[in-house]
Amino acid sequence: MRDERVRRYGSVALVALLIAVLPHFIPSYGAFELTYVGAYAIGILGLIVLTGASGQISLGHGAFFAIGGYTVALLGQKLGVPYWISLPLAALASGVVGLGLGLVALRLEGIYLALATFALAVATPSTLKHFKALTGGSQGVVLSPLAVPGPLHGLITPEQWLYYVTWTLAGVFFFATSLALHSRLGRALHALRDNEIAAVSFGVNPHRYKTIAFGWSAAYAGVAGAIVAIATAYASPDAYGIALSLALVTGAVLGGLDTLWGALIGGVIVEFLPLWAQNINPAAPSVIYGIALILFTIFLPGGIGRALQSALNSLRLRGGNQHARS
Amino acid sequence: MHDLAQQIVSGLATGSIFASMALALVLIHRSMGVINFAQGEMAMFTTYLAWQFSQQGMPLWLAFPLTIAIAFAGAVALERIVVRPVERAAPLTIVILTLGLLIAFNGLAGWIWGYVIKAFPSPFPTTPLHFGSVAFSSQDLGIIAVSLASLGAISVFFKKTKVGLAMRAAALYPESSRTLGVRVGWMLALGWGMAAAVGALSGLMIAPVVLLDPNMMQGILVYAFAAAVLGGIESPLGAVVGGLMLGVGLNLIGAYVPFIGTDLQLTMAFAIIVVILLFRPAGLFGRRRLLRV
Amino acid sequence: MHAPSRLLAATLAAAFALALSTGTRTPVSADEPGITPTEIVLGGLHPYSGPASSYGAIGKGAQAYFAYINDNGGVNGRKITYKDLDDAYSPPQAVQLAKQLVEQDHVFAMFNTLGTPSNTAIRQYLNQNQVPQLFVATGASTWGADAAKFPWTIGWQPDYQSESIIYARYLMKEDPSAKIAVLYQNDDYGEDYLTGLKDGLGKKADAIVKTASYEVTDPSVSSQIASLKASGATTFFIFATPKFSIQALVAAAQQSWKPRIFLNTVSNSQTTMKAATSAGGVAATQGVISVQYLKDPAEPKWDNDAGMKLYRAIAAKYMPGADQNNGYFLYGMGAAYTMVDCLQRAGKNLTRQRVMDAAIHLNERDNPFVISGVVVQTSPNNRFPIGQEQLASYNGTRFSLFGSLIGARGR
Repeated sequence: MRDERVRRYGSVALVALLIAVLPHFIPSYGAFELTYVGAYAIGILGLIVLTGASGQISLGHGAFFAIGGYTVALLGQKLGVPYWISLPLAALASGVVGLGLGLVALRLEGIYLALATFALAVATPSTLKHFKALTGGSQGVVLSPLAVPGPLHGLITPEQWLYYVTWTLAGVFFFATSLALHSRLGRALHALRDNEIAAVSFGVNPHRYKTIAFGWSAAYAGVAGAIVAIATAYASPDAYGIALSLALVTGAVLGGLDTLWGALIGGVIVEFLPLWAQNINPAAPSVIYGIALILFTIFLPGGIGRALQSALNSLRLRGGNQHARS
Repeated sequence: MHDLAQQIVSGLATGSIFASMALALVLIHRSMGVINFAQGEMAMFTTYLAWQFSQQGMPLWLAFPLTIAIAFAGAVALERIVVRPVERAAPLTIVILTLGLLIAFNGLAGWIWGYVIKAFPSPFPTTPLHFGSVAFSSQDLGIIAVSLASLGAISVFFKKTKVGLAMRAAALYPESSRTLGVRVGWMLALGWGMAAAVGALSGLMIAPVVLLDPNMMQGILVYAFAAAVLGGIESPLGAVVGGLMLGVGLNLIGAYVPFIGTDLQLTMAFAIIVVILLFRPAGLFGRRRLLRV
Repeated sequence: MHAPSRLLAATLAAAFALALSTGTRTPVSADEPGITPTEIVLGGLHPYSGPASSYGAIGKGAQAYFAYINDNGGVNGRKITYKDLDDAYSPPQAVQLAKQLVEQDHVFAMFNTLGTPSNTAIRQYLNQNQVPQLFVATGASTWGADAAKFPWTIGWQPDYQSESIIYARYLMKEDPSAKIAVLYQNDDYGEDYLTGLKDGLGKKADAIVKTASYEVTDPSVSSQIASLKASGATTFFIFATPKFSIQALVAAAQQSWKPRIFLNTVSNSQTTMKAATSAGGVAATQGVISVQYLKDPAEPKWDNDAGMKLYRAIAAKYMPGADQNNGYFLYGMGAAYTMVDCLQRAGKNLTRQRVMDAAIHLNERDNPFVISGVVVQTSPNNRFPIGQEQLASYNGTRFSLFGSLIGARGR
């Protein structure tokens, strides 16, 4: 048992160390790309909470990215609010809207929720354009570039600063999610996902927990959207179309919906697969995404995350046996 | 007044585009209780096939039936090979599978035919028909007629033919149908085939209006969802009526409600889906059948 | 504190200490990136996938022209490598790729990135790093008008607003009492055209009796056309992409609305006009007025033109199998011609500053891809390379130019 914990903390520490030193071995734009990986991982973590843990689906998480992105953009541009205040507000705004959508989701059976959120994803850009006075219409909002705070000035580049902020947040969210999913809340969500009637008979309030999961998930997506907007220094309706929402779902499914590491893998996929696959053919990212989704649902429903985990477990078992024998 | 009449007529035409796509969605939903998110992209893909045939000199009267046949056979094969393995999985799994099909077909079409918009030959004449001051394009009338005809054919098929009855039985009571000797698996495949054939037909009708490109169905799919939900998602008649209502409704709102205008139409479709599902889940006309657990 | 979490804390602390200690990095290198004695590396972004991917043909045309130049000795002995990537018309993607091009691939300059959103997203970064953002493929006026803030950025094509101004002036001369209806795409591009039209009409801006917008996801614009027709307008402006322009022309004809029609250059290719004619009959396109500044490869009257022959020869050799009638390819070649001209003008000793200077001192009278007489010309006070266009009207089978070249910006 103690061994197990050492191993777990050890591997987390190793990953943390890797993340901390990485920017110094790669060019600055590399740190920049990894910032996006971190942001997408946070967004996908939201989907893991929602779909993996509570069994609800959202094909429209791009809309929450938009809320997060526009919150930091507009607060910054119109009121001069600094990012360290607007970023939590982005989580809040997105989370509140998520709670609202969660209330709606309570009354929609699985596929109908998929239908409604798909429509939401498609409708997001034109909705953003419509409220021109607020959102700047199709011109979007240009954000002020991120500045490195005083004490660190000259020590690291703005790209690296955003990288550290993003990955610190990602670390905190991973840790918090892991704790929460192993607490009463997580057990209640799992119970509801697996057998709602049984869970209710044990006194779990399905409405409360499912709504919380939606708001929680949306808040993560809001933070992710805010980070992407800050990194891009531009929020525009075109960035929040159905393509983003589908990429997030794809990343979550390929990474794995029932392991937290799946979010990390998903983030890497969402960021790098399109960059890499476009060398084959511009349409290749879509084709690969699509075919991978099909193959994974059929052959590897737990995604890469679970596959890796079971590979590790079997290695460990084998190693453990040898240990015992010697 | 002319304006109003013209808006209604053009709404009916757009509505019949939604209706024909909604019809295909309803067919799959009836046969296996899921929604095929790839329905639009499959129709787009087969429409490209028809375009390819006609580019190679095949006359339309041959290219169209051939395309519909390919759509039917292809979808049956797809159901057998790809959907079959997850047939008993949670509905969410099938949703994600069909999303995979959506993304893959969209990419494939771009890969094969590129993204440049292509004009698609129309089987109808270009001259409009006039009733008073209101103009109907032959194309629009054609789409409306074809949607109504497929609706009729589908109703007859489900009510009068043995296979149609077996399909309904397989969808509603899979276990007892199986004991009665109905090959439930094949009935599902047949459902996919029929839906794809209806979808292909609608693609062929729509393409001359909206023109051919890999993303042509993106918006239409959402409107078709809204139409299907309006009609109760179980009923072919509801889907067609829902589609026509939606087409006319959106036009009237676009023309006479300046606050919403034409740029919030997708948002309206989203709102309709949510509101109907929340407050009248059986659609405007339907009765809710018991959910299968 | 348990031993494992202490381990974790220590590791993290060590990691961050290390992170800070090695944190200083040299900024972007001072000597000219992307230039060697034998090579000039240019970067660019075009949408090869996603909703705007039909414009990808522009990037391919430019690529083909550079290949042709390279096979004919290059620019002052250097060959051009054009790293053109797919940003899928997504601003976040564009920013990442631009950084990759500048910081990893060390491009000398960015050339012909497509689309207002993508260019807006990368403009701040490129200007901060003093990387030229040359001849961008969008007609927003900001590329030429905001030089004070963004001196490293310049456009190429006539801006949408100027084009609208040309239409407005012509219309007021022909029909001062015109009542105008406008269909426009609900984004920056459509709004730019609309703004230009209002500016061009000046005091007569209230001649616009009705405007209607559409979304790219709209299945059809027939409802908008019905509204516009009902306004009683006698003149109809179409500020729409090819797909919706075809729909608009066809719907107007089918609703028997016969106004005087102005169609934006974005959609006046022979391919678009033919599609509209075949779907809506000759009535749909006859008399449509537009402006031109590029030669349209689908237009037979250019068949014996030397520039068009060059275009076809390059297309046949470097883009085998491509549909040569697609005018986007020619657009790309035209912009690439200006790029090469600009590099040549900057001399053998290339620096970013020299190239930028050359880009604002263009005087290109022989670009083979623009219509005869159009001079690609800039000065420090005029950063709109192509400022001249000529009106043309469609007779059901082809456009014929009429009047003389018009400059909207005082030329």
